[in-house]
Amino acid sequence: MAELTELGISEARDLLAKGALSSRELTESHISAMAESSALNAMVTETPEIALAMADASDERRAKGGSGALEGIPLAIKDLFCTKGVLTTAGSHILDGFRPPYESTVTANLWQAGAVMLGKTNMDEFAMGSSNETSYYGAVQNPWRRHGDNRALVPGGSSGGSATAVSGRFAMGATATDTGGSIRQPASFTGTVGCKPTYGRCSRWGVVAFASSLDQAGPITRSVRDNAIMLGAMAGYDPKDATSANVALPDFEAALTGDARGLKIGVPKEYVLDGMPGEIEALWQRGIGWLRAAGAEIIDISLPHTKYALPTYYIVAPAEASSNLARYDGVRFGLRMPGDDLTEMYENTRAAGFGPEVRRRVLIGTYVLSAGYYDAYYLKAQKVRRLIAQDFRDVFASVDAILTPSTPSAAFAFGDKADDPIAMYLNDVFTVPANLAGLPGISLPAGLSDDGLPLGLQVLAPAFDEETMFRVAGLLEEAAAFNEAPTQWWRSR
Amino acid sequence: MNFNRPERSHMSVDKATVARIAHLARIGVAEEQLRPLAAELSGILQWIEQLNEVDTDAVAPMASVHDEALRWRKDVVDDGGKQAEIIANAPDGVNGFFAVPKVIE
Amino acid sequence: MVEKSLMNNYVEGDTGPWEVVIGLEVHAQVTSQSKLFSGAATAFGAEPNSQVSLVDAGMPGMLPVINEVAVEQAVRSGLGLNAKINTYSVFDRKNYFYADLPQGYQISQYLQPIVGEGVITVDLEDGRSRDIGIERLHLEQDAGKSIHDRHPTKTYVDLNRSGVALMEIVSKPDMRTAEEAGAYVRKVRTILRYLGTCDGNMEEGSMRADVNVSVRRPGEALGTRAEIKNVNSVRFMQQAIAYETGRQIDILEAGGSIDQETRLFDAQSGTTRPMRSKEEAHDYRYFPDPDLLPLEFSDAFIERIRRTLPELPDAKKQRYMDAMGLSVHDAQVLVSEREIAAFFEQVAQGRDPKIAANWVQGEFFAQLSKAERDIADSPVSADQLGGLIDLIADSTISGKIAKDVLVSMFESGQDAAAIVAEKGLKQVSDSGVIEAEIDKVIAVNPDKVAEFQGGKDKVLGWFVGQIMQATKGKANPQMVNQLLRGKLKA
Ligand SMILES: [Mg+2]
Ligand SMILES: [Zn+2]
Repeated sequence: MAELTELGISEARDLLAKGALSSRELTESHISAMAESSALNAMVTETPEIALAMADASDERRAKGGSGALEGIPLAIKDLFCTKGVLTTAGSHILDGFRPPYESTVTANLWQAGAVMLGKTNMDEFAMGSSNETSYYGAVQNPWRRHGDNRALVPGGSSGGSATAVSGRFAMGATATDTGGSIRQPASFTGTVGCKPTYGRCSRWGVVAFASSLDQAGPITRSVRDNAIMLGAMAGYDPKDATSANVALPDFEAALTGDARGLKIGVPKEYVLDGMPGEIEALWQRGIGWLRAAGAEIIDISLPHTKYALPTYYIVAPAEASSNLARYDGVRFGLRMPGDDLTEMYENTRAAGFGPEVRRRVLIGTYVLSAGYYDAYYLKAQKVRRLIAQDFRDVFASVDAILTPSTPSAAFAFGDKADDPIAMYLNDVFTVPANLAGLPGISLPAGLSDDGLPLGLQVLAPAFDEETMFRVAGLLEEAAAFNEAPTQWWRSR
Repeated sequence: MNFNRPERSHMSVDKATVARIAHLARIGVAEEQLRPLAAELSGILQWIEQLNEVDTDAVAPMASVHDEALRWRKDVVDDGGKQAEIIANAPDGVNGFFAVPKVIE
Repeated sequence: MVEKSLMNNYVEGDTGPWEVVIGLEVHAQVTSQSKLFSGAATAFGAEPNSQVSLVDAGMPGMLPVINEVAVEQAVRSGLGLNAKINTYSVFDRKNYFYADLPQGYQISQYLQPIVGEGVITVDLEDGRSRDIGIERLHLEQDAGKSIHDRHPTKTYVDLNRSGVALMEIVSKPDMRTAEEAGAYVRKVRTILRYLGTCDGNMEEGSMRADVNVSVRRPGEALGTRAEIKNVNSVRFMQQAIAYETGRQIDILEAGGSIDQETRLFDAQSGTTRPMRSKEEAHDYRYFPDPDLLPLEFSDAFIERIRRTLPELPDAKKQRYMDAMGLSVHDAQVLVSEREIAAFFEQVAQGRDPKIAANWVQGEFFAQLSKAERDIADSPVSADQLGGLIDLIADSTISGKIAKDVLVSMFESGQDAAAIVAEKGLKQVSDSGVIEAEIDKVIAVNPDKVAEFQGGKDKVLGWFVGQIMQATKGKANPQMVNQLLRGKLKA
């Protein structure tokens, strides 16, 4: 047998079912791979004891004939999900020492399905970032490096730790969250598959909020099939989240029919960027070719308000964040910095507890909601947001899914964009519209850049039609036959 | 598609404004940080202001991504009774209370 | 010097008349088992932080889910205030920092409240009524409680109230006197208590008012107002208005100007002072709460609630006057609390309503207050009081004896009939017995007889007293009167 850490979820599932493998063996191999991967800084907290106890419990359940959809599968959890009794930081100093007395619905669903927790993954602070450079716990390194170039690269963000744990073969899958691209962009940068489902598909209960109307949890895995399996276990209606959708949960894995007949795929002209690297354009054209060859019909579409998606996002998300992050005040949990009075205590705590990017966004959000600016910024953005959502509604009347590149570039080096917020924000140009419209989107690796880095294609689908999204992604995955992996240069044995 | 980066460098946010919103947000900002922050925020806001190109006169603001009504819960007491858990993470918890520096009303 | 002119409600200052303009924001706690957005209990007086859910404590990732009873109660209250019910409303976040506001924002309703404009009629001491406009009613969360006096350098925070559902009822600036403001608050309280949507308990904080006061020259535009926060009794509110009126007029007459500010009422001194913690200008940055979709319901939902509304005090008062012939005053007193009205109606059932009304608000209330009891836990039931009235009606006892019987009823909880039988209080209506007593008294008091016959009618009362004394009050007073007159005139 190959190294156990090379197995995908679906392969491991079959071996576990046959009794050829125990969850303990599988979990142990991932625990040691995780321990040997500390150079990547992908984990804030490793929980090997919990993992082994969960693995043993899983093996016991299986012995008694019970097994869930992810029975015995070791996963990493983004540190934005509250995990009962286990340090939860959101990548921020302000949640210093916070051990939630509760478990998020999504992770509870995973444990209910038999999954095993390896630990909590590093991330951009409060999920604000596209490079993982904003984490209080230090940046995560991308497992990939350019050919003939030893410079460390960013893994993308904010779910950079999750993407790295999966790409680096020390978690079979990882939970992640996506507010403006935080699943799909790091998936694209690390050669993994990352899906943001429809807003309302996964419960937000127990997930540290960044921007409530945009945040959505989803899985990062190494294959589309694994992704479908894992999303099925994470998702579902939750009465504790008023924005959770009370809709049927389909069998996503069954949607991978491999059949392209009758599919109409939209290709939006607005996703051609000035100055976009030629290799991104080429990759996109290859994707179009693959789908056409498989029998899908390709249709040119227009999403005229795409250009305004990023500025809209950079009003809506900071506005919501400025309010969501008000609870980090040093009173009930986390960091407290002393002050002579209550106001000073707040100001000292929040100045010390939040990093520069979080401070920047909280200030922007406070500004756009403040008296005299609300109409010009926030209200305006919510109107443009409706136009962006309407664009999608219009085109989905005539196409089943949309194909775009996931990101305008491959992974970049540390510090490349850290000093220019807007350049950093442009990373999410292809991913943000789906968040604003609440639509499902998936990024899958479809090729390598000229200097050997993974590049992703994105499939967008109508709300609550993840089945079509997975079906198209499955076709692309099959055609791309991407089976590159990073050399495991970081492993210390 | 072409992303216009702002060319003008006029400051739409001044030092006093940064100080005011930082106080509203209860984030302490040192005096010497005000000017660079003002420049940074002005840059972002100028970039955002391209939204003014869009005609939204007849557009209603988006309330939520799905056209649904709020779901209601039954009026049942099924929570509470966990003082220890509520206080457990508090930096300063005394006799079941949270404690903060004294407030004079 | 400030003096009130009775004719037009103006206040006479040193430089001429001033008009006082008062608007009220009443915060009424919704009667419900659990909180507005969480399943924690709302009961009063529990251990600190013991009725707190993770949502109420503003823990990371916690989300609000609305309580259906809070929605129903708000609609019910809106109907009781004769107000427009909005089938589409929106919850907003009101952002500010305070130790007892765990989320860093209060979930409230700003631009689109659940209830719009309405009107209620308030009754004044002199018998006049006035209509006061309701601007809106919205649902919002209560904050927790800050305790400042338990530690020299710390404020303690208890979140038991955090997230409790409140209805904020905003009046139009329609009141002109402290009396009107008091009558308004009492009327709102009565209506909500009739509806069962708020218990109106001001001591426990389930009703409190923010009072907006300004003064202006008659006919001029509204002046700058001061807002006095969280006044928790009608008496304090009226004191606060009186103080604030004088303060503002003094400032204006001295050539100064009023600051728009939040003030606190100090019950000890009866004065108001600026609130230090709210000194700075507020910018609440309201925006729709993205954790909550818009609140929507159908007209049928409203109609379902409308059908369950009780008869409200105004309608009841009118019925008491029209159908029962009660006076305005009696009707007003009896409808002031739903429990009193229900008690009265039970007593009046099949009896003379005026007599029932007299007994309920006369002797019965007197005994109730002596016993320091509420009508809800009165030792004498409505049926028992009715039984007592029946004994008067059928001449078993006199009204005077009945008063003593009621005292015994309050002491023992026994029925009137049982007490009358046990103590032998049955009225003596045997003319032979009464005549015999009269004869005895006449015989030994010839001087008094002479006085009466000489035209001193008053002496009759003295004779009645003697006979009642002799019969231990049991003689039928009408018969005593009638027989006495006959015998004295003879
Ligand atoms: Mg108010
Ligand atoms: Zn209020």
